[in-house]
Amino acid sequence: MPSFVILEKCDGCKALDKTACQHICPNDLIVLNKETMKAFNCEPEMCWECYNCVKICPTQAVEVRGYADFVPLGAAVTPLRGTDTIMWTVKFRNGTLKRFKFPIRTTEEGKAVPDGGWGTGTDDLKSPVLFTEPDSAGLPNIPSLKVTQ
Amino acid sequence: MANFETREVVTDLLIVGGGMAACGAAVEAAYWAKKHNVKVTLVDKAAMDRSGAVAMGLSAINQYVGLRDGQNTLKDYVDYVRNDLMGITREDLVANIARHVDSTVHLFEKWGLPIWKDENGAYVHEGRWQLMINGESYKVVVAEAAKNALGIDNIYERIFITEPLMNGDKCVGAVGFSVRENVFYVFKAKAVLVAMGGAVHVFKPRSSGEGLGRAWYPPWNSGSSAYFTIKSGCEMTCQEVRFIPVRFKDAYGPVGAWFLLFKARATNGLDENYMQTRAGELENWKPYGKVKPVPANLRNWLMLLDVMEGKGPIYMRTEEAIAAIADKYKDDPKVFKKKMKELETEAWEDFLDMTISQAILWAGMNVAPEEVKSEIAAAEPYFIGSHSGASGAWVSGPEDLQTPETKKEYFWGYAHMATIPGIFCAGDASGASSHKFSSGSHAEGRIAAKEAIRYIVDHPAAPSVDQKVVDELKAKILNPIDIYEKHYKYTSDPEIHPEYIKPKMFMFRLQKIMDEYCGGVSSQFKTSKALLEKGLVLLNFLREDAEKLAAKDLHELMRCWENTHRMWQAEAHLRTILFRKETRWPGYYFRADTPRMSEDWLAFANCKWHAKTGEWEMIKRPVKYINEAL
Ligand SMILES: Cc1cc2nc3c(=O)[nH]c(=O)nc-3n(C[C@H](O)[C@H](O)[C@H](O)COP(=O)(O)OP(=O)(O)OC[C@H]3O[C@@H](n4cnc5c(N)ncnc54)[C@H](O)[C@@H]3O)c2cc1C
Ligand code: SF4
Ligand code: SF4
Repeated sequence: MPSFVILEKCDGCKALDKTACQHICPNDLIVLNKETMKAFNCEPEMCWECYNCVKICPTQAVEVRGYADFVPLGAAVTPLRGTDTIMWTVKFRNGTLKRFKFPIRTTEEGKAVPDGGWGTGTDDLKSPVLFTEPDSAGLPNIPSLKVTQ
Repeated sequence: MANFETREVVTDLLIVGGGMAACGAAVEAAYWAKKHNVKVTLVDKAAMDRSGAVAMGLSAINQYVGLRDGQNTLKDYVDYVRNDLMGITREDLVANIARHVDSTVHLFEKWGLPIWKDENGAYVHEGRWQLMINGESYKVVVAEAAKNALGIDNIYERIFITEPLMNGDKCVGAVGFSVRENVFYVFKAKAVLVAMGGAVHVFKPRSSGEGLGRAWYPPWNSGSSAYFTIKSGCEMTCQEVRFIPVRFKDAYGPVGAWFLLFKARATNGLDENYMQTRAGELENWKPYGKVKPVPANLRNWLMLLDVMEGKGPIYMRTEEAIAAIADKYKDDPKVFKKKMKELETEAWEDFLDMTISQAILWAGMNVAPEEVKSEIAAAEPYFIGSHSGASGAWVSGPEDLQTPETKKEYFWGYAHMATIPGIFCAGDASGASSHKFSSGSHAEGRIAAKEAIRYIVDHPAAPSVDQKVVDELKAKILNPIDIYEKHYKYTSDPEIHPEYIKPKMFMFRLQKIMDEYCGGVSSQFKTSKALLEKGLVLLNFLREDAEKLAAKDLHELMRCWENTHRMWQAEAHLRTILFRKETRWPGYYFRADTPRMSEDWLAFANCKWHAKTGEWEMIKRPVKYINEAL
């Protein structure tokens, strides 16, 4: 079962209007059982192991067990995603542990400014020059054919 | 009929999809929309933060031309793409994307995507066109800019776009349903920008159990772009040009860093390097066989020849590559240690950023890449026109990138507009312009969005929608729920019923047909006229049975329609392979009855489905280049 929910750890996102794991799964796999208030993967064989449900769960209740039809048992890969970095722990079948930490973004969350700080080059809807160009391209102009018709 | 509320949204530009191309479109459209008082709405089946092929993240930006620093020219890029696609390329489209892609990448950097830099502040390249990134949050960052530009009120998530909304030959929007509540959505628009990605699970995957979802391509992109454009009557192109990536076997982890950055070789079970032992075979595929780098499909082909001769397994020689790098630093133990640590981190990040399953598989098999080689294999066929495949809609090129010869074939008013007025396509949705990848798809979304706004300004009439058409679509789309409700109580197991078929079994049936008759994994990607014709007979039965799909809930209703979308992608594919009487991309597919490339077929094989008659028309169009004028 690719992603699975540890029942003891899941609090159903405290019955907020939407559960985090259900909100994020790109394949609509996670469902909250309204009776037990625990989430579960309703179609594990359609899981991509993208880990988005794992990364987003506030209580670390979601984990992944490698696809049993080709992955030997015993390994675990566990992320801890912060605001600007992600930490990974890779546990091998033989017990070896490796840890990695990678940056994930250089700006503050929510602060991506669409024009990236570049003035726009043109007001002409007909020209091939796009919003923020040609400055954002780092070019004096957007190239075209050498010999035009 | 099932009791679904109908909600209507009236807009000007409707962007369907929320992936890389759609996010580019959102940023661009928002800017021009404000200036011209145009309303823009975006609809995604999932949550934009993590939807589409980049949902997990990526470890590289695969298209960066480097025009700013004079690293390459537009012509360099166009030459590379044309050769990789064995000559079948719309150079006007490739050049158009290539001249805007650097700007997109610079925007990504400003938005917060960490791109690796060397000590001089220059981007670190993985290969000539590829940049290394810390891309775990690639999609989050790109979606954030799109959301900030468009405003959250103009974005609809968790709505599955099912059908184009037509008024005769004109597209006037799209319809779909929420996968969270019983609501049927009608989006009325003056123009629609299609960006719903490519397709997987049209062919049987290698995996057979709970790993079914671990295809290289994400299971949630199910051919909706192709379906939307085919059903609205758009001419389609390169529907035969599927993509089969060679990746680490089973988990399909990326090989780019190993081949390009670490310079690893691949060898067969006898330690032979098929790129050397089979170099002679490349003669058969000239001129493309002789270009560097060797086209992706030909590299696949040389490997497959070994596999078919029983010379597998095929290995990525990770241990050799690392030893070679280590050798360079062997005299300085301190530098050596540091370098080895760096290499290890880079290798694992490549997986953790974009294919975490591969990290689990290596950990499960106790793989230390410096000690043991790892198996690679060809995956199953996918439809991803933005990558090394080319399938998609046939779209107009930009006016200023046409020569007098290309203009009459490739230009009809608005760049990246399909043959149905008002439908624009980007990313996997537009064809014959491969190798755009994540960055080029975003750039193409921007180009198409600006042109779509121009179209709307030029054609301001409100969309005229026939209520009867909407009512019929609603009944058709909800039909699987009605069928289930009506019948399910009859048998001991609601999954097994003489009156209906559930979406999962429907998908397996489609996959079996495609796998066995249309050159899937189990037939080593080989097919022929006779096989294809038989496959078509079976597909026809399947199309009839699609009317009997049954869904017990919203989730299954989406699965029903995803698989119907896949089925149409499948038919366009099969018919186009049948139409092209040659083999041009061995390694992607091989027509055993026409085993060689033919000069007659240095042409586009296009197709079009006619709603009135239900017939397919096959169209051959000339290939004309612009590279000499670039
Ligand atoms: C495994 C893998 C690795 C890759 N590696 C790289 C790499 O290293 N570097 C690189 O540059 N590129 C890479 N690519 C290519 C890149 O991901 C694609 O080129 C790019 O994502 C295409 O953009 P798109 O917008 O066309 O599709 P996507 O980004 O896939 O977006 C499709 C969107 O459509 C939505 N959608 C689908 N169906 C519907 C529907 N019916 N209704 C509503 N919405 C729908 C989806 O939810 C999603 O939002 C990789 C691709 C894959 C699959
Ligand atoms: S790992 Fe990804 S595909 Fe699987 S359930 Fe979680 S979010 Fe969905
Ligand atoms: S995000 Fe975590 S806590 Fe919330 S419902 Fe999902 S598994 Fe439970």
